[in-house]
Amino acid sequence: MVSKDRIKLEVKDLEIRYGSHVALQGATLNIRENEIFGIIGPANSGKTSFLRAINRMDEMTSGMRVKGTLEFNGKDVSQWRNLYALRSRIGVVFPLPVGLPMSVYDNVAFAAKLRGVKGKANLDEVVERCLTRAALWDEVKDRLDSLGSLLSGGQQQRLTIARALSQDPELLLLDEFSIAVDPVTTMRIEEVLKDLKKEMTIVLVTNLVQQARRLADRTALFLAGEVVEVGKTKRLFGGAATDQRTTDYIEGRFG
Amino acid sequence: MSDAIKNGFQAAPLDRRNQRNQRVFRLLFLTMTVILIVPVVVILALLTIKGAPALSWGFFTESPKNGLTEGGIFPALVGTLWLVAVALVASVPLGVAAAIYLSEYAKDNLLTRLINLAIINLAGVPSIVHALFGLGAFVLFFKFGTSILAASLTLAIMTLPVVIVSTREALQSVPQSFRLACWSLGATRWQTIRKVVLPNSISGILTGVILEVSRTVGETAPIMFTGAVFFLPFLPQSVMDQTMAMSLHLYNVATQVPDIPEALPFGVALSLILMVLLLNSVSIAFRVHLRRVKKW
Ligand SMILES: Nc1ncnc2c1ncn2[C@@H]1O[C@H](COP(=O)(O)OP(=O)(O)O)[C@@H](O)[C@H]1O
Ligand SMILES: [Mg+2]
Repeated sequence: MVSKDRIKLEVKDLEIRYGSHVALQGATLNIRENEIFGIIGPANSGKTSFLRAINRMDEMTSGMRVKGTLEFNGKDVSQWRNLYALRSRIGVVFPLPVGLPMSVYDNVAFAAKLRGVKGKANLDEVVERCLTRAALWDEVKDRLDSLGSLLSGGQQQRLTIARALSQDPELLLLDEFSIAVDPVTTMRIEEVLKDLKKEMTIVLVTNLVQQARRLADRTALFLAGEVVEVGKTKRLFGGAATDQRTTDYIEGRFG
Repeated sequence: MSDAIKNGFQAAPLDRRNQRNQRVFRLLFLTMTVILIVPVVVILALLTIKGAPALSWGFFTESPKNGLTEGGIFPALVGTLWLVAVALVASVPLGVAAAIYLSEYAKDNLLTRLINLAIINLAGVPSIVHALFGLGAFVLFFKFGTSILAASLTLAIMTLPVVIVSTREALQSVPQSFRLACWSLGATRWQTIRKVVLPNSISGILTGVILEVSRTVGETAPIMFTGAVFFLPFLPQSVMDQTMAMSLHLYNVATQVPDIPEALPFGVALSLILMVLLLNSVSIAFRVHLRRVKKW
């Protein structure tokens, strides 16, 4: 398990602002290769902003400023000249499923086409592989040509996961993916994630404390723009959190 | 049904007043709508009744004769098609490109806001002002002379704000979440525009073009000094030629020519309206088709 300790994402003293409003401050943490890194915390804690900083969405968001160190594979993301290449290595899943206005097939083939994969056979292979991995293939294999937006909410969210997988990402960012998804689908996706972490690093922002407990190797608590505590999930949930606020949040005493 | 239940369903005084209010407002809005529609219907009916006798196959295929008092409208018809086509070629690519820049690339800063303000104000400039500008700029300064080119460019400049504003609105109606999802996949801005934004806003963009077409067909002032003439016995051969045009022709037969048969101006007016309707319905049909394949 040597790779377990390789650092995928190194964050030092990160600060994120929107104009004069500070969304995250003094964030310092490491995310290791092939781990599921859980982020919990109440709304407006800066969790989504943190994910945006990782794939350099600040460049597309008016007013957003990022300061500090954020190294991806040892190279600061602010040093990347080709942001599209950076983003294409990072898969993103949004809270509400965003089916692009195209067919199920095209939703998944889109990123592959952007990368220059050509030929129907190759694209077919990508589509089937990714939909299978996202536990959606059996449900949609007969309706690949229908619109992605016609699928149910849970299916659409798995479609967006399949789409993210089609990038062959090294890093998968999930932002409260289960907010609009039924419990059964949530469980299926959680199984998928456990499996995926063998191949990639996963950052799981979740509104469900228990989801972090079930999936995350390590967990961080974000609170009002501050990283309160980072630690092994087992330790935090085993009553050994060092910060009282962590215990309070995990036990549902606020937030 | 027992009394208790009946009473339960009986409206309370307040409910009754609300219901009465609802009826009153409904009637009010209905009346407004009718007031709005009546003139349109009357105009169309009047034009049809008075103008229809003038229409015949020859009316559309012959030149005017005897100082415009007889004959058809063929050169004006062809001339207007020229003017519209050249104006579209000039203004649509420019307008759509400008709208794409403003909506998809430009940062929301003071300069962008100033540009937006300028565009909105430009849309409010009277057409006679555009006419004088066209005369000064295209006819005299660029030495295009009075020609289709000068007239069409004048029309294009005049309608450019319409195209920009409506295109920008169409682009902005595409949900931002689509762009975010697309960028996250590593798509460039342009790939996102081409693959996601444009395909989903094209019907809105076409609406702007439709508007432009109808406006261009009917405009008289901007072409009067820049390229359209009272009478030409032949058709224009190139964009450097002068031309007759439907709108100016209507103005002429309605006000400038004495002793004209009454049906003739109405026939010209009716043809002008038919032309607008025809051009619009082509675009609308195209739009309906696109909307049917709309994807969300
Ligand atoms: N695009 C934006 N523009 C301005 N402020 C924003 C923007 N996105 C988030 N914020 C602000 O930044 C703070 C953190 O938000 P966010 O990162 O979305 O938190 P979380 O995901 O934990 O709910 C909030 O106060 C929010 O209002
Ligand atoms: Mg969030």
